[in-house]
Amino acid sequence: MQISYANFRQSLPRTIWDWLILIFLLLCVLFFLMPIYVMVVTGLKQAQNVSLSTMWQLPLHLSGGGFYEAWRRLYPNMGNSLQLTIPATVLSSIFGAINGYIFAKWKFRGANTLFAVLVFGMFIPYQSILIPLIQFLEQIKLYGTIGGLILVHVVYGLPICSLIFRNFFANIPDELIEAARLDGAGVVRIFLLVMLPLALPAFVVVGIFQFTNIWNDFLFGVTILPNPSAQPVTVALNNLSGSFSVDWNVVMAGAVIVALPTALIYILLGRFFVRGLLAGSVKG
Amino acid sequence: MPTAKLQILRSSQAKAPAKRKRITSERFLPPLILVPTLAAIITFVYVFILITIWVSLSRWGTLRIDWRPRDPLFEAYAQMFAMPRWHADLRNVLVFTILFLSVSIGFGLLLALLLDRRLLGFTIFRNIFLFPYALSFIVTGIAWRWIFNPETGINLLFDGLGINKWLVSIGAAPFRPGWTTDPSVLFSVNNALGHVFPAVRNLSVQLGIPIALIPVVVAASWQLTGFAMSMYIAGLATVPNELREAARIDGATEFQVYTKVVLPLLRPVTVSTAIILGHVSLKIFDLIFAMTGVGPGFATDVPGIFVFDMTFKATRYNLGAAASIVMLLLVAMVIVPYLWRNLRKD
Repeated sequence: MQISYANFRQSLPRTIWDWLILIFLLLCVLFFLMPIYVMVVTGLKQAQNVSLSTMWQLPLHLSGGGFYEAWRRLYPNMGNSLQLTIPATVLSSIFGAINGYIFAKWKFRGANTLFAVLVFGMFIPYQSILIPLIQFLEQIKLYGTIGGLILVHVVYGLPICSLIFRNFFANIPDELIEAARLDGAGVVRIFLLVMLPLALPAFVVVGIFQFTNIWNDFLFGVTILPNPSAQPVTVALNNLSGSFSVDWNVVMAGAVIVALPTALIYILLGRFFVRGLLAGSVKG
Repeated sequence: MPTAKLQILRSSQAKAPAKRKRITSERFLPPLILVPTLAAIITFVYVFILITIWVSLSRWGTLRIDWRPRDPLFEAYAQMFAMPRWHADLRNVLVFTILFLSVSIGFGLLLALLLDRRLLGFTIFRNIFLFPYALSFIVTGIAWRWIFNPETGINLLFDGLGINKWLVSIGAAPFRPGWTTDPSVLFSVNNALGHVFPAVRNLSVQLGIPIALIPVVVAASWQLTGFAMSMYIAGLATVPNELREAARIDGATEFQVYTKVVLPLLRPVTVSTAIILGHVSLKIFDLIFAMTGVGPGFATDVPGIFVFDMTFKATRYNLGAAASIVMLLLVAMVIVPYLWRNLRKD
């Protein structure tokens, strides 16, 4: 009690500078929330009430606004995105855990070079592999299918997932492995019985990171799935806003709907979210 | 527990053969486990890049696939570098990268330093500033396109705040930029450079800041300032408090503590952040695709969009491939030294 009260006292603004900082931060909050406000408020308006001159005002009547229409047009693609994001996230986490474990705990000659070769893959502009990728997917009959897109996200997710798991496993003391080896456990058994049970937090971090990345992807979705009914929801949202008569209330409501899953994850599990983001900067 | 005990017993009974078996398995198993991953990455990244390079040198410039090499071999690159659109793209991606990195890193550092005071609401502020990072570039692009619509949005806000009334009253023109619809270029340096390099006078693009690109910089900075801030907050946490105390005891003002002690220690964080954001910005595609497209007079076109248009709309595959290889080289120039430095250490 005493301590938290002291912390609270410490956090109160005392000088004029403190007050200025607080006011500035509050102005920044207004700036950062402004697009969210615009999206939600416009989405809640009826089509006939969306006019250019009243953009910043609250809706006059409380109703679903553009949300019904946006949901009607986007929900099949929401289904596609879920069908694609969940398996791809699970698979890339599993592969990432295995690779990260080997790279952290069983270093062999040349392992660091191979790791660099692997990690470079997460920085390339995917434009530079799209033509052969599409041809390859056509050959194995996965072009235009959600299965094909899952494969693509798993493969190009390998570098970042392996990287986050490697950094996580590197912090687990080697003594634990030595003890397990004395008990006769080998490479595989140490992973399954010793490392995996410890790796739950890393799975949460990678899971959130990959879910967000794959959900938010646009380039692979638009190029690998030409059929609109199979496309992920980010592509569907862009089609919605690019059509000839743009109903801004529907588009804004759609943007809110597409943002909702990752926004909820961020709000509920923000702590793990930050860890994934920092791990992505390669530092061990 | 019982199984572990059993294992100890077993291994002590048959020590020699078990150990040999284990040593070989511990030597060969780890690389073997990595084989599928490495095979996938070598195929999907490196072999595919080589194939793309081949496409860029091939005659495959229509829907009909043609792998035969082109004569002259680098014709697609020559064509591309002769296109005014490609000049605009290179200018845009360069200007965008400089502006976006300065704004998001500068603003991110400022926020991190202000939050470092741990005033009331520290956690809430931090979470709000990072929030946009969780959203898709498509969502960001759509929201900001509406905000920078010249008929409404920001311009309406300027009117509402009375800024334009004030400007008119002092005899100035009202501030109503066309934003994403404005093809003009600010601070063009063509004339100035023309004195030094006469060749610049023949350039088809104005070297400066396209007005239409400014809203895109604002949107991208809105989304990624929180990332820079988080990097700096993590960096600030590693600066020992004793160091700051020592500086204060030596008579440094609070301002000097930051400029002389804290900021120099944050330099590696700045390098990492600049490289991560730099490679995002060189690859930028979704945000511009959703927000402005190619823009008026290619004012917001970038290589990412160029590749997409050439490959999937115009089906000029060799040209699209050539542009994507230039993108890859730009990114590699930033990333390879960084990976080299970071991964060599451990």
